[in-house]
Amino acid sequence: MIQAFAFYLFAIIVIASAVLTITARNPVHAVLWLILAFFNAAGLMVLVGAEFIAMLLVIVYVGAVAVLFLFVVMMLNIDFAELRAGFVRYALIGLAFAVALAAEIMIAFGAWSAGAIELGRRAAPTPDTVPNIEALGLLLYSRYLFVFEGAGLVLLVAMIGAIVLTHRERSGVRPQNINRQVKRRPQDATRNARPTVGQGIEL
Amino acid sequence: MTDSLMMVLPEEILSIGSIVLMLIAAWGGQASTRMISWVAVAVLAGATIALLGPASSGGVAFDGLFRADAFAAFSKVLIYGATAVAILLAPRFFKQTSGDDLRPEYPVLLLLSACGMGMMVSAGDLLVLYVGLELQSLAAYVLASFMRRDTRSAEAGLKYFVLGALASGILLYGISLVYGFSGSTVFPQIATAYGAGHSLGLVFGLVFVFAGLAFKISAVPFHMWTPDVYEGAPTPVTAFFASAPKVAAMGLAVRVAVEAMGPAVDQWRQIVIFASLASIIFGAVAAIGQTNVKRLLAYSSINNVGFVLVGLAAGTQAGVAAVLFYLTVYVVMTLGSFLVVLQMRDAEGQPVETIASLSGMSRTRPGLALAMAIFMFSLAGIPPLLGFNAKLAVFDAATAAGLYPLAVVGFVASVIGAYYYLRVVKVMYFDEPVDAGFPKSGDIVEGGLITAAAVFVSPIGWLLLAPLGLATMAAARSLF
Repeated sequence: MIQAFAFYLFAIIVIASAVLTITARNPVHAVLWLILAFFNAAGLMVLVGAEFIAMLLVIVYVGAVAVLFLFVVMMLNIDFAELRAGFVRYALIGLAFAVALAAEIMIAFGAWSAGAIELGRRAAPTPDTVPNIEALGLLLYSRYLFVFEGAGLVLLVAMIGAIVLTHRERSGVRPQNINRQVKRRPQDATRNARPTVGQGIEL
Repeated sequence: MTDSLMMVLPEEILSIGSIVLMLIAAWGGQASTRMISWVAVAVLAGATIALLGPASSGGVAFDGLFRADAFAAFSKVLIYGATAVAILLAPRFFKQTSGDDLRPEYPVLLLLSACGMGMMVSAGDLLVLYVGLELQSLAAYVLASFMRRDTRSAEAGLKYFVLGALASGILLYGISLVYGFSGSTVFPQIATAYGAGHSLGLVFGLVFVFAGLAFKISAVPFHMWTPDVYEGAPTPVTAFFASAPKVAAMGLAVRVAVEAMGPAVDQWRQIVIFASLASIIFGAVAAIGQTNVKRLLAYSSINNVGFVLVGLAAGTQAGVAAVLFYLTVYVVMTLGSFLVVLQMRDAEGQPVETIASLSGMSRTRPGLALAMAIFMFSLAGIPPLLGFNAKLAVFDAATAAGLYPLAVVGFVASVIGAYYYLRVVKVMYFDEPVDAGFPKSGDIVEGGLITAAAVFVSPIGWLLLAPLGLATMAAARSLF
């Protein structure tokens, strides 16, 4: 009972917020609706017992991708009215894409349930007793530890590469040197003088 | 776990070494470049010494993910050696060439790339294969555009990156098909699936995997990027591209072909034979019109990859041994040629790359001309130089496996290839010098490396044939 209630709640909110994402006039609102859709999709994933994917949705999609969208939307001056102007012109081709995607899903589902494609047996079936976050962690940090570390090195190379290709030493800028500022003493900075009247002073 | 960690000792040394050097570079800055280069070479030497232990004989590490056998060890010696040469070449090149200075990231990226290449030749699993390949390629993309102010270098990096990403996509698609239809990513289990019968999905996966690998070894029809990238990249980086990654990708291809897809030999042999013949013929014909030495050597590398693939097409133990022997000789010849190209500089010390600028070098720089002539004759496969023995070995393996047409066509095409190698010799020895000739560098390291490479491929190198033959046979045996 409670599962069914939660499912319909999440499902309705996902669909509603997805519709609002497309129709929202303000692009910032659209991204916020998208975040709401992600959260509810995560709820659906928890319901089917895929809590790892639920966490991925929240951390990766909401935490990184959607926030990135927000940044882009707010920082770039995109004229959304102009983007929306072509809606009617592209409606037909968009519809064709939608039909093709829907047909593909149906064909794939039909083929899968007919058992037409014989995929190999799974080398690492999901264990029943262990929750799937734990199962994934066990695989990643024991059996696939070597690959995991290798992936870390790939990311390191990506980071070094990005810095090598874009970082430039800027000459002619004068950054704040706190050490020098702290070391500066009154007698270095000020000078007492006793000018005679009408003579002025050499600085 | 400790056993496994001992077997990956070379990779550990390389990765930890590169991270430590990166930290030193962060604090030491530009001034530390020369010191970091030398330490990087020492790290590579350390990794090579570590190969003496379980890393060359330990067997299988991490539940089949990683192979520590003689084949991997032999390839790694070649890879680490070529990488060390590429590190040693760089400081003088960047110092004398106007533009960007050499930054300490150069040796660090080369070390990380060497680590990735080690993973490639030791891969026992599709995941390790892919991660190693990406580690190597990602570092290579950055290295190709290392001279940021040179537009050709930036173009080379971008081109390499876009096409490399496409090839990775093709490879990954093949990997996903193979995994989906065999149910495993570990090579022996994939081999079992291929042995049980070739479903259409498995064959499709095989085709895509080989297409992705053909890009990485720049075999025709996946060679388009090679001339542009080789021409645009800084010359030390080009020397690196033409040597170590070729060995790694070829070693990977051999391992995948023999260990993972061994039972499907009839399926992949067609692909390998086609790529081999196309590379030999195209590499020979397209090189004829080239005027730039680096482009010429790029086509030469395409041509040579074709000959290496002849050995793989045999699919036998002797064939794999011939592949390793050819790669050894090829790496020495290619690095030697690029070392000579590095000496080509005009009066202001700026690099020149046209073949015409070599004219009359036999009178202005007789020693250098002799070395270049030896490399060219050897690349053309003219006896008594070692390049001939290498070609002989691969053709011998091919005929032993019954592939007579392949051997005959390859042999004929190698005569076409001889034309452009001999043209370089002709320009050096029979054309009038255009100017005073290249200034002497007086660099002991480069001079020594050129001499060593020339002596290796000269008839004196025949002394090494027996030990090399033993080593390649032992390495090939570990795969079968």
